[in-house]
Amino acid sequence: MKIDGMLSQTGPWLRGEGPENDIVLSSRIRLARNLTGYPFLCRATDQDRRAIRDAVKEVAKDIFKKNSYYFVDFEELDALDREYLRERQLVSREMVETEGPRAALIDKDEKFCVMINEEDHLRIHAMTSGLEPGKVWKRIDDVDDKLESVLSYAFHEKYGYLTACPTNVGTGLRVSVMLHMPALVISKEIEKVFRSLQKINLAVRGLYGEGSQSHGDFYQISNQVTLGMTEEELIEKVGNIIPEIIRYEREARDYLLDKRHEILQDRCSRAMGLLKTARTIGSVEAMHHLSSLRLGVTLGLLKEPDIATINDLLLNTLPAHLQKHNGNVLDQSERDVARAKYLRGKLGQE
Amino acid sequence: MKCQKCEKSATFHITELTGPAPQEHHLCEEHARQYLNESSDPDDGSLTATLTQGVAKKVSLDKASAELQELDMQTCPFCGMSFYDFRSRGRLGCPNDYDCFAKQLDILILNIHGDTEHVGKSPKRAGGETNRRTLLIKLRRELNEAVRYEEYERASKLRDKIKEIETE
Repeated sequence: MKIDGMLSQTGPWLRGEGPENDIVLSSRIRLARNLTGYPFLCRATDQDRRAIRDAVKEVAKDIFKKNSYYFVDFEELDALDREYLRERQLVSREMVETEGPRAALIDKDEKFCVMINEEDHLRIHAMTSGLEPGKVWKRIDDVDDKLESVLSYAFHEKYGYLTACPTNVGTGLRVSVMLHMPALVISKEIEKVFRSLQKINLAVRGLYGEGSQSHGDFYQISNQVTLGMTEEELIEKVGNIIPEIIRYEREARDYLLDKRHEILQDRCSRAMGLLKTARTIGSVEAMHHLSSLRLGVTLGLLKEPDIATINDLLLNTLPAHLQKHNGNVLDQSERDVARAKYLRGKLGQE
Repeated sequence: MKCQKCEKSATFHITELTGPAPQEHHLCEEHARQYLNESSDPDDGSLTATLTQGVAKKVSLDKASAELQELDMQTCPFCGMSFYDFRSRGRLGCPNDYDCFAKQLDILILNIHGDTEHVGKSPKRAGGETNRRTLLIKLRRELNEAVRYEEYERASKLRDKIKEIETE
């Protein structure tokens, strides 16, 4: 299977690099685009979907370097590989769960990905480690320009880029920043952050877990409005608020370090002890302790491992990644054993 | 269809687009009024993307009921989608729907985005292409139909027309 090549690397958005990487996991931008001449997907026949998929496959040969990307046909992909791509955040849950002709064009360095026939004909997205939405925008704007030079996008003089759902019309742009905010969760201040963000029309949701429930204290902040502002203004709006949230999380961390040092140290040390010695561990429990580990390392309460290793553990202990590493399908209890083994191996205990 | 909250018939069909999936409410006039009052609290901070709410703000609720029913019947000549279909699914059928349902969508878009004019980037390609190529949606639909009913002469003409637009 061609996607196995990705196993040798961690997604570039998890490298623990870039500005504010002690709190900001990654920055992501997606653009929603539709082609002229075809109905939106809810009215599209399989014939339309195939034509769209094949058109993108064909033009990609002209605009992207040979062997620089994978073109993954989802109809030919088994359930485990689909889930594997979702865990890497290359494709959405919708891509995994829906049926019909659809595909993903994935840059081999995972610098960008184009989902074909998801909610819109094209969903172009890119991610990078740390707080760098401007850098991601440059990259995605370039991919968009390349595609637009050979594909005809549905565009309206008044409404801008036309999308299947009017909530995305205009720029079709969603910028999201993934943050690790354990101190605000511990000090029960996180709800305040949510409320203030909602007031300025920004959305917050958990990165892992369903709905607003978040495992591992990872949250994603993104814009809701996509029309009436330029792409740069939308990115700036999200980009301007993030430093304030970071400051708030840092204050909460300082408070905990100062006033509840023992409790905090205990939490981080216990997490390390548990992850190093457990013989079986579920994904939610692992995520919870990895979050404490990440907090401990960034505050200097734990000397190792480094952020990049913790990010690696967060990704590689997810169910589909564990199974890909093992080379076979595992049931839940087998996965829990494999997860514990992987953690012990990486944290220096056998 | 009955109102979700009482035995009366549902005359208001509201689709909330704010959550992860579109959520439908089928209500009688009284309960619709109640629902709209509850959800239009300006301080709740949530994105109120309710078409009915927008219409109700512009005209009286009684008039909105009749108007909505009329608007629901409207169908896009290109993709065949009715406005009722859109309200049930929360997704539009083709680019032309933005013109076909402009009257309703303008209010909805204003509600969602607080604006109705795009100011961001635009494709470098010549304008007007979208309209011309939207015709392909209709022609392809007609072609499928012609093939289904074995009207081969009509199908052949449609194929030629499609090719002509595609190669322009």
